[in-house]
Amino acid sequence: MHILRNQKIRGIIFQLLTILGLLAFLWYIGSNTVANIEQRGIQTGFDFLNGTAGFSIDETPISFSETNTHARVFLVGLLNTLIISVIGIVFATILGLIIGILRLSKNWLVRKLAAAYIDIFRNIPVLLQIFFWYNVVLKSLPGPRESINLFDTIFINNRGFIIPQPHVNTTFIMVTCSFFVVFIIVFFINKWANKRQEETGQDFSVLIAGLILLFVVPSLTYFISGANFDFDYPALKGFNFQGGKSISPEFLALTFALVIYTATFIAEAVRSGIEAVNKGQKEAASALSLSEYQSLKLVILPQAIRIAIPPTINQYLNLIKNSSLATAIGYPELVTVFAGTSLNQVGQAIEIIAITMLVYLTISLVVSAILNWFNHKMRIKDR
Amino acid sequence: MTKFAKLSLTAFVLIGMSATAGTLEDTKKQGFVKCGVDGGLPGFSEVVSGGVYKGIDVDGCKAIAASVLGDASKVKYVALNAKERLAALQSGEIDILVRNTTWTQTRDTSLGLNFAGVNYYDGQGFMIRKNLGVKSALELNGASVCIQTGTTTELNVADYFRANNMTYKTVAYDTNDQVIQSYENGRCDILTSDASQLYGLRTKLKDKANHIVLPEIISKEPLGPVVRQGDDAWFNIVKWSFYAMVAAEEAGITSKNADEMLKSNNPEIKRILGTEGKMGANLGLNADFAYQIIKQVGNYGEVFERNVGTSTPLNIERGLNALWSKGGLQYSPPFR
Repeated sequence: MHILRNQKIRGIIFQLLTILGLLAFLWYIGSNTVANIEQRGIQTGFDFLNGTAGFSIDETPISFSETNTHARVFLVGLLNTLIISVIGIVFATILGLIIGILRLSKNWLVRKLAAAYIDIFRNIPVLLQIFFWYNVVLKSLPGPRESINLFDTIFINNRGFIIPQPHVNTTFIMVTCSFFVVFIIVFFINKWANKRQEETGQDFSVLIAGLILLFVVPSLTYFISGANFDFDYPALKGFNFQGGKSISPEFLALTFALVIYTATFIAEAVRSGIEAVNKGQKEAASALSLSEYQSLKLVILPQAIRIAIPPTINQYLNLIKNSSLATAIGYPELVTVFAGTSLNQVGQAIEIIAITMLVYLTISLVVSAILNWFNHKMRIKDR
Repeated sequence: MTKFAKLSLTAFVLIGMSATAGTLEDTKKQGFVKCGVDGGLPGFSEVVSGGVYKGIDVDGCKAIAASVLGDASKVKYVALNAKERLAALQSGEIDILVRNTTWTQTRDTSLGLNFAGVNYYDGQGFMIRKNLGVKSALELNGASVCIQTGTTTELNVADYFRANNMTYKTVAYDTNDQVIQSYENGRCDILTSDASQLYGLRTKLKDKANHIVLPEIISKEPLGPVVRQGDDAWFNIVKWSFYAMVAAEEAGITSKNADEMLKSNNPEIKRILGTEGKMGANLGLNADFAYQIIKQVGNYGEVFERNVGTSTPLNIERGLNALWSKGGLQYSPPFR
């Protein structure tokens, strides 16, 4: 009996028992599932992925037709999930940063408006917000024949926003590339400006330089490469607009709702980050006669960001997972088309739900791995 | 999503855990029939004032309760959307699904399900606004189509447009309510579904008269009750409870004259009503199981007329659903 009195050994025994119990439970469920599935003659396995889908999907980043397979449906759904996640994260970050800073503004009205925004949208369930944008705002727009017409190029109606689509030609490719070139140049200017500031204290407005470059370089490229922009303009033909690129109300509603909802949490993260920076830091900054903007950019934000990153990572993950609420309004992302329509046509719930869960798990783990690395890099180096 | 995820999870756990006792014994023990319906489809299964379910599918559920438990009201209804319905049946959340579900080869063979008959022969059609001036489905090129997802409808419409070299845009939703709401708001030009559903959904529109159902019927949609594969006793009960209603109409037995008919000397009627033979015992039920169905729910013709017939807002002719002897397809194998 004295072995059981040994705390260490007892601990190991209990842990072993827990693991064994858990394994036995999983084995029981697993084997029962297999037995019952066999008994009822339900098909199993992953062959269904090669079967013809037979249904069509409206918004596809890659080509898709009824004759494609369920594997392709999966890919389309996954891409749509990623598109909505990336766009959502980018805009939620920008909006959240702005609101978070405004929340601490010295101007009473601005401060209160930002606070009201956060309090209202943070406390309404995001699903309701999706329904609000979809059913109340976007559906109350006029029909295609009565579209809101902006200069005969952009049309807004209850089928979505229809914008001109540029044909991919030399000019288009060159101008697109020039934007990337500008971003790279700005990145290096920024680096140089920071270094110069640290060494000499001289300020250089990267923002203004960047904006000028952003205007000048693509314009020059446009004229050099033949000034030949060729747009496909939308036009009302038959039931709908033909030509152009149409952005569906489902996509818009989902993006609006996710961005506006998630931005409130990011704003709070930013605010708490800024407030957590010691008051003395700001006082020291103004004692050095740094301007309000300079003290924010050079002193406050670099410290605040470190505190704000971990909660923001959580919000990014929430946004990705919340994108599955698209199924409520029929935006064709992974849960809607693959774990919805495909599942129904082939009926293999266990396989499809397992794949879908695995995908979300993978995306979330990858995102948090990247951001944790970033977080690690941004940390104050203790010496 | 949440409800669906929950169902899928229960499907997983229940498929994993459920010991397979007979559905008949389970139903008798719990004292009610667990029946899956749509719940939002006029004529088929709709919740009317006071939370009462009504419709041709609901009467299908009631018939099972009447034959198994002797009381048509002992039904626990579970409202399911098209995506949830089959998983709910597979997992044992419900024991019978009567939810305008199309009998297809795939569903019958690969999903562990059995179709127990056809309570409504249907076909897919299109509904459109009158003022668009469309007379035929062949003029629908380029249209946006509102569809309920997870249905055979979704596949038929893809086939139809492809076969006729036309393009279309899908706008798919989980429930019929969302479909009709979006159609009414103009999110799409046409609504496609089984023709009977179109008539039912049209009654929900504010300006009913401004919408027409196009003449083309593009598919065969035999709708019927579904049970899990592997419980033949229960399968037989569901099958013959439905046939009892059709046979009663053939034999002229109605809910009103059922009591008089008990005294009939006609051997076919006697076998249906259980005063002769052992039809009930063969199914493991009381001898009067069919009498209870007819008395409490009615024969097939009564059920049809009461829920979707020409005296209702749906105003549907018997058509394919007339008895075989009157030019339709409804036919019961003999009670013998």
